[in-house]
Amino acid sequence: MKARQDLDSDAWAGEKRLMPPTDRPAATLGAILRVFTAMGLASFGGGLSGWMHREVVEKRGWLSEESFLAGLALAQVLPGPNSANLALYIGQQLRGWPGATAAALGILGPPLLIILGLAVLYARFAATPGLGFVLAGVAAAGLANQLITGLKTASRMRGLWPWAIAAAAFVAIGLLRWPMIPVVAVLLPASLGCAFLTRSRHG
Amino acid sequence: MDRLLALLLVFAPLSLLSVGGGTSIFAEMQRQSVEVHGWVSDAQFTDLFAVSRAAPGPGSLICALIGWQAAGFAGAVVAAIGLYLPSSLILLAVGAWWRRAGESPARRVIERALAPLAVGLVCAGVAALMRAAGGLEWATLGLATLALHRGASPYLIVIVAAAGFAGLRAVGLLGG
Repeated sequence: MKARQDLDSDAWAGEKRLMPPTDRPAATLGAILRVFTAMGLASFGGGLSGWMHREVVEKRGWLSEESFLAGLALAQVLPGPNSANLALYIGQQLRGWPGATAAALGILGPPLLIILGLAVLYARFAATPGLGFVLAGVAAAGLANQLITGLKTASRMRGLWPWAIAAAAFVAIGLLRWPMIPVVAVLLPASLGCAFLTRSRHG
Repeated sequence: MDRLLALLLVFAPLSLLSVGGGTSIFAEMQRQSVEVHGWVSDAQFTDLFAVSRAAPGPGSLICALIGWQAAGFAGAVVAAIGLYLPSSLILLAVGAWWRRAGESPARRVIERALAPLAVGLVCAGVAALMRAAGGLEWATLGLATLALHRGASPYLIVIVAAAGFAGLRAVGLLGG
């Protein structure tokens, strides 16, 4: 585990790309469908981007850390629900359009059936005292997946400017609740400029 | 049939407006389905929102619940297609170009520029969803994050959280 983290941070610093290790299962269409279906069924309370990071990058090495993070940002900046966008991106990078279709079907299909079933149950049990209390607790625990993705990737950032950009985005959107589009419109060019100017040092 | 078409006409434009994720369009979704079309009542919408937050899968699947209330199972499927298909086509178009860029230097620069933005947006998302949370939820988030960091299974964490909160409620300490 420690050795792999070191490898990851090397890849992050741009010395070499983390190549998918050969001893891990390949990203076949069936494997994509299976992994995304499992995540769709397990991700009670949300935090799907954290689940995808764990299953796709950490456990299976299907995508490099950089490629995943680029997809995460694209999924948020482009229109569309974030987690569906991220699933499509991952599937497409792995196996093109069929891969994107498999990932989207896995993450949307089974949960669609479950949520309809839950709605029927909820209509019957909505008056149960304390149900909202338990649901809020599950949601808070589910969010830990998302938080740890943010913290882990932050801990791999090297240099001052990535921290400044990440902190500015967090404060402006998360704390001050400014609308995302103008914030990204300012921060993205700044980030691109910094990445361009420091490119020689990082390969 | 008219209702299915109406669902498509409500959710397909919302798909293209949902920049920054599903949460940005909930207000308009509520206005359209409660006030404009009357598919659900205000209280029903609040209940459906709670169900979609707690259920596995993307929270944006609330669209399927509204479609289901409006026109049954076909309505749920049509609403989901309306909300997911238009934005998916845009993402796949960008993704195809991205994939072709391969290991080019330009893609490396863009990746390194997007990474800190992704970190900021992910943490901002956590802050937004925890806005209404109390001390107990914050403690749960902290403990669950620590457990994940130590290598605990995320499946186990969700089960333990559900059991823990249900237990607290059952012994009558909290949540009444």
